[in-house]
Amino acid sequence: MSQSHQQPALPTCPGCEEPLDAGDRFCGACGHDLSAVPTGPGDRPTMAVAVPPAGQAAEAGPGDAGTPDAGAPRAGAVEGGAVRWPAAAETDSSDVPAPVHSPADVPGTDSDGRPLTGPGAESGGGAGAAPGGPAHEEAGAVRVRHDHRAAPGGGTATGAAADAGGAARTTGDRAAAVAGAAPDGAAEPGGDPDSGDFPLAAPDPRTAEHAPAAPAAGEKVCVACRSGRVDPDGYCENCGHAQPRERDHMEQELDTVAAVSDRGLRHHRNEDSFAVSSTALPDGSPAVVAIVCDGVSSASRPDEASAAAATAANEALLAALPRGTHPQQAMHEAIVAASEAVNALAQEPAGAMGHDAHRHQNAPACTLVGAVVAGGLLIVGWVGDSRVYWVPEDRTRPTARLTEDDSWAAQMVAAGLMNEAEAYADDRAHAITGWLGADAYELEPHTAAFKPDRPGLVVVCTDGLWNYAESGEEMAAAVPADAQERPLHAAQVLVGHALDGGGHDNVTVALLPFAVGPDGAGSARESV
Amino acid sequence: MANFSKSNVPQFSVEVYQNAFLPEGGREVNAIVTVTSTGGGTTGGIPLAGSGPAYGTGPGAAVVLMVDCSGSMDYPPTKMRNARDATAAAIDTLREGTLFAVVAGTHVAREVYPGGGRLAVADAHTKALAKDALRGLSAGGGTAIGTWLRLADRLLGPADAGIRHGVLLTDGRNEHEAPEDLRAALESCAGRFTCDARGVGTDWEVKEVTGIASALLGTADIVADPSGLADDFTRMMENVMGKEVADVALRLWTPVGVEIRFVKQVAPSVADLTGRRTEAGPRAGDYPTGSWGDESRDYHVCVRVPQAGIGQEMLAARVSLILPDPSGAGAPQTLSQGLVRAVWTDDMAASTSINPQVAHYTGQAELAQVIQQGLEARKSGDFDGATAKLGRAVQLASASGNQDTARLLSKVVDVVDAATGTVRLKAKVAEADEMTLETRSTKTVRVKK
Repeated sequence: MSQSHQQPALPTCPGCEEPLDAGDRFCGACGHDLSAVPTGPGDRPTMAVAVPPAGQAAEAGPGDAGTPDAGAPRAGAVEGGAVRWPAAAETDSSDVPAPVHSPADVPGTDSDGRPLTGPGAESGGGAGAAPGGPAHEEAGAVRVRHDHRAAPGGGTATGAAADAGGAARTTGDRAAAVAGAAPDGAAEPGGDPDSGDFPLAAPDPRTAEHAPAAPAAGEKVCVACRSGRVDPDGYCENCGHAQPRERDHMEQELDTVAAVSDRGLRHHRNEDSFAVSSTALPDGSPAVVAIVCDGVSSASRPDEASAAAATAANEALLAALPRGTHPQQAMHEAIVAASEAVNALAQEPAGAMGHDAHRHQNAPACTLVGAVVAGGLLIVGWVGDSRVYWVPEDRTRPTARLTEDDSWAAQMVAAGLMNEAEAYADDRAHAITGWLGADAYELEPHTAAFKPDRPGLVVVCTDGLWNYAESGEEMAAAVPADAQERPLHAAQVLVGHALDGGGHDNVTVALLPFAVGPDGAGSARESV
Repeated sequence: MANFSKSNVPQFSVEVYQNAFLPEGGREVNAIVTVTSTGGGTTGGIPLAGSGPAYGTGPGAAVVLMVDCSGSMDYPPTKMRNARDATAAAIDTLREGTLFAVVAGTHVAREVYPGGGRLAVADAHTKALAKDALRGLSAGGGTAIGTWLRLADRLLGPADAGIRHGVLLTDGRNEHEAPEDLRAALESCAGRFTCDARGVGTDWEVKEVTGIASALLGTADIVADPSGLADDFTRMMENVMGKEVADVALRLWTPVGVEIRFVKQVAPSVADLTGRRTEAGPRAGDYPTGSWGDESRDYHVCVRVPQAGIGQEMLAARVSLILPDPSGAGAPQTLSQGLVRAVWTDDMAASTSINPQVAHYTGQAELAQVIQQGLEARKSGDFDGATAKLGRAVQLASASGNQDTARLLSKVVDVVDAATGTVRLKAKVAEADEMTLETRSTKTVRVKK
């Protein structure tokens, strides 16, 4: 690649060499998780090794230090990984554009030191991951959130190096070299990722000569060729590559709920949407809301449908819950409100682009699944095939799926016409029989209330995730053990799980940790 | 023509019809770009406030009428008379204030009115003088169309007019100059003025007349019966008077790595513009479209994009309508634009569907081509080839609802079954019918809604 177009001072993505902004958490070009890359001033990347994980490190460290499996994945974060970093940097990432899966590669993040079962875990340390970055894994990924994005640069590259060095005492120099030199080091393998890693081949620098050599500071630069400016339509003025859109990857974290949504690897836009919020019941106790919607691709403007539905349902719940409406009733009304919001879209004209013309202008449509944790109750509500899973904190206890899909396969199974394996093997399995949208036959909001008797995690997700973890057991296996404490990280891990599996659809997951008070009573299902 | 309810400023809109979805490995992107201009011909000759001289209304238009006065125009003698009448009708149609001149064409070009290398300003008096001058026209001499065009260019060149237009009438072959001379004349005139060309009778060469029209971005037609000339000239002149904006170019910007396969006008007629590109900055090129009134045209753009993975999206081309700065110094004005996109998907239903507009115009372009090939084969005695090509033409014309072309075809072939394209060549075909079919083979119809 043309180095002349690159300002050497700029940090670049280790996966694809694209220049980064200080606040970036994921590479805009390839989705590579940057959280751990020392991106220079303004970030506080490897802090995580020492800071939040510091507790873990302190916890795991002593236990690990003497154990024979020091080279095993989980130790990677502390020592083994540091030792392997240089090797990881030389390893070419993979054939697919390095996705956001790196958190999944991070076994060491487990607070109790148990190795994760994610695909990345077996590959050992950072070796199987994209160059450089993932080895730092949990670094910022865990702690960098929206609200921390602009964190003033206490932890600069220097700090990062120091941390790395401190963490891996025996090999501090090498770790520091990686941590500190990542931008430079990343430029080296860049030639490879450009041709092999990035499907839309970055243009031949010879043909890019007309491009503005150095776009003015502050101007957006194309994520693919890095020499063109981005036009107002969101395409590169040099190579034409579509620029990442805001919705391609979204994350949000509140105190008691977190959600992550990703475009996936095979779709050109993210048609999923989510909304998370918290409010208070009239008695002052907290109520937490998560809504996840999946746009129906065969309809027009599915992305608008999912966004409208998630927003409307969330707002309806935020209005109803503080008034004292029973959460289950509030959920029912929220689904109706979401349905109306999606129906209203059908009256609006399609966007000027007209690129959905082949879709014959079906009314916009989407699924909806929501969960409310309030007053010791867990309320779920849904229409379509997005799901809620219950994963108890004590993994020895049974997990459960709390929703029944409005889908062809589910109906076949329910009617006793097929067993689950047969039904889900059918081409029609995923055809949904219920959705929000003006062309829905009849809106049938499903709601259910549960009273869990033990702490656990509520997983609210689209089929982009559960396609890769269909049963409750599979889902529980994919959820990191510390999900209760670090829901955003866990959501990232789950999205990574789906991307590792192929990322064939948009992936969205919201996680609500459920805590039980001292008087935690037995569970009671007040199903509708 | 005038519609006072409309805006005074010409509005261009660009719509793109395409299936942006490509399968894995797919590289070819086709799009139909519909350009519609509204607001032309609405000011009744009053210059548009603040629109600059590029908008050719009223005094902004200049027209040169080139009338063939070669010896053959006297056979039959009615031909010359009809030509004089038609030219007079055209003069009558000129809007007050339009600059105009009449040129008599033989093996040399001669100014008939007003003379002295000038243009007259149309009013009742000058129109009457011009028509008087027409009476003096007589047939005699050869045909060297290149000289006519060069004279028209000399007359129109200094004119302070946005719309510069020629009307050329010929009845014979361009026999008194080498084909290279005509080509050179066309090259030097292209982009300086637009020109409609008409062939009267059946002794002229279709390729010469259509070639002149396409090089100078005008229309070509046959007027087999000279008595129809006056009507045709009146229509043609009304069309010219309706033009509002000249020198509009279709600008195609493509990203690095994208190659342009072709750019064609496909409605109202097929014209390949691919080779007429002039570079306009990095990765952008302009294709001339001439002058515009109230009208709508369709263009077929086909590009090859670099391969990309499923889920990727790119801009394959940006199509815009460009109006050059009249002084030639400032930046051109972008009238409107549209985007041609490429999105790779593994959804077979999406990637395999063909956009109806693209399918339709692909068929219309093939229709024009098979008619020309079929007539060529027929002339060269390859009757099997001609039958096959013209049969295919009948099939395409009937399937796409191109009634006019179907009717012209039916004068050349006997149609056994239009749906399968089974035809027999007619044993006897009137020369006028064959020439009409050839001249109008490029006329297309729009997609049935």
